[in-house]
Amino acid sequence: MRMSTFLRVERLSRVYVPGKPVFDEVSFDIGRGEFVCIIGHSGCGKTTVLNILAGLDAASSGYVFMDNREVSGPSLDRGVVFQSHALMPWFSVRKNIAFAVRSRWPEWGREEVRQHVERFVAMVGLSHAIDRMPAELSGGMKQRVGIARAFAIQPRLLLLDEPFGALDALTRGTIQDELMTIVRETGQTVFMITHDVDEAILLADRILLMSNGNETAAGYRAGRIAEVVDNPLPGTRTRATLHHLEGYYPFRNRIVDFLVARARAA
Amino acid sequence: MTAIRGLALKAALVSVLLFALFLGAWQVATTPVGGSAVGAALTPEQIEYARMMGKDPGAQKASGFPTPGQVAATIVGHLADPFYDKGPNDKGIGIQLGHSLARVGLGFALACLVAIPLGFLIGMSPLMRRALDPFIQVLKPISPLAWMPLALYTIKDSSASGIFVIFICSVWPMLVNTAFGVASVKREWLNVARTLEVSAMRKAFLVILPAAAPTILTGMRISMGIAWLVIVAAEMLVGGTGIGYFVWNEWNNLSLTNVIFAVLLIGVVGMLLDMAFGRLQRAVTYVE
Repeated sequence: MRMSTFLRVERLSRVYVPGKPVFDEVSFDIGRGEFVCIIGHSGCGKTTVLNILAGLDAASSGYVFMDNREVSGPSLDRGVVFQSHALMPWFSVRKNIAFAVRSRWPEWGREEVRQHVERFVAMVGLSHAIDRMPAELSGGMKQRVGIARAFAIQPRLLLLDEPFGALDALTRGTIQDELMTIVRETGQTVFMITHDVDEAILLADRILLMSNGNETAAGYRAGRIAEVVDNPLPGTRTRATLHHLEGYYPFRNRIVDFLVARARAA
Repeated sequence: MTAIRGLALKAALVSVLLFALFLGAWQVATTPVGGSAVGAALTPEQIEYARMMGKDPGAQKASGFPTPGQVAATIVGHLADPFYDKGPNDKGIGIQLGHSLARVGLGFALACLVAIPLGFLIGMSPLMRRALDPFIQVLKPISPLAWMPLALYTIKDSSASGIFVIFICSVWPMLVNTAFGVASVKREWLNVARTLEVSAMRKAFLVILPAAAPTILTGMRISMGIAWLVIVAAEMLVGGTGIGYFVWNEWNNLSLTNVIFAVLLIGVVGMLLDMAFGRLQRAVTYVE
């Protein structure tokens, strides 16, 4: 099931308070075309890990390699969907995405950019709203634009920072389905942060469970990847039938047990 | 909608009413007070005595302050022929206004050229912010007119000195606002630009400038307001041309109707300038 290693993270740590790293010894691999989710409580450093992968933050120690080349600084190879969608409110949907497309392919002509933009806006089903301003869109639509923008630059790795956290359950479900379809069609490699266990089970091929840093009797213990679990459910799973699949409940219980019992006290 | 329109109508009505009241009070205050009532009570000898003492009990006593009618006539007269030029001390009001606006425009444009790039620098570099802060704090509160002697001495040209004074008073609000606007551009937008590997120039013009534009425009609007206040005083000092010089010249002529007309005109032009910048401000404001 595991494909060739695409991204390798080695012994990453990030220190804000000396002697008390938020996390350390964080190591994991992501295969080409793999969808990996990371789950953990607030404050465990998930977003920091993602920012380091994106090149927006620097690790205190450790390395990230993508295709055997070390990651340093942000790059168009890694597209990010931000938690707060981060659309530029002074640009229309079209211009927001065109801004990204022009950054990726500065040599493209106007017509080329237009076609590319329209293709990716259509992909998230927003063709009717392409000339609207972000302020005129609902939260779900904004996040779709954020996803379209990240996909439009055709990054080799897509990083999603809890993209559906601020959406209502119905909208979240619809966009999860859309994201799943697009990822399956494009074979995109994805690293995603989530709080939602079912979201992780639906989308991820593999789930990283991350524990918080905490004080124990033996002294301070930094956060780390406590467990890595492969998703045993078939790749054809859908949101509607997910909970009827065999093995769903044991898998879900395992993750929930971790979050309830061990994520903090590990 | 109808409620808002009704309110606007009522407000306009009250405005008109207040204006009428003001005009009425003005008219009453400036109507010559007749001395005839007093004169009638006097005997011819007493009148003659008063005349011998240099007083004229029969004469009308005027305050010297023009009536609304006189001012209105002056306004019509000026507006009928705004662009005549009969020598250095007698130019049409349009020409005077043109000189003032040109000075303000030039000084303001120079201030933009300096304040906006410098504001960008200060906003983006904490080092420069700290390094330049003491200078800004000291220079900002100086009255622009205090620079006048130094400007006259070094520049040696009175008109250019006027422009310099406009420049120096417009620069601070723009500088401070630009720096603030640039420094408070949302982190997430900068992160988007970083992940897209946007060049410094594109980032400055397509991300930071539009993000900070409403704050920058606020600074420009404040600057323009101050510049228009200062130009009148500056032109009174340097003389020659301009609406400020016109006011001073008409004061020397003791022509209060002209002074009142000029004061009104300064107010109206200031309002128009502010409205123009308000428009501009609305054009660059974005809703999040």
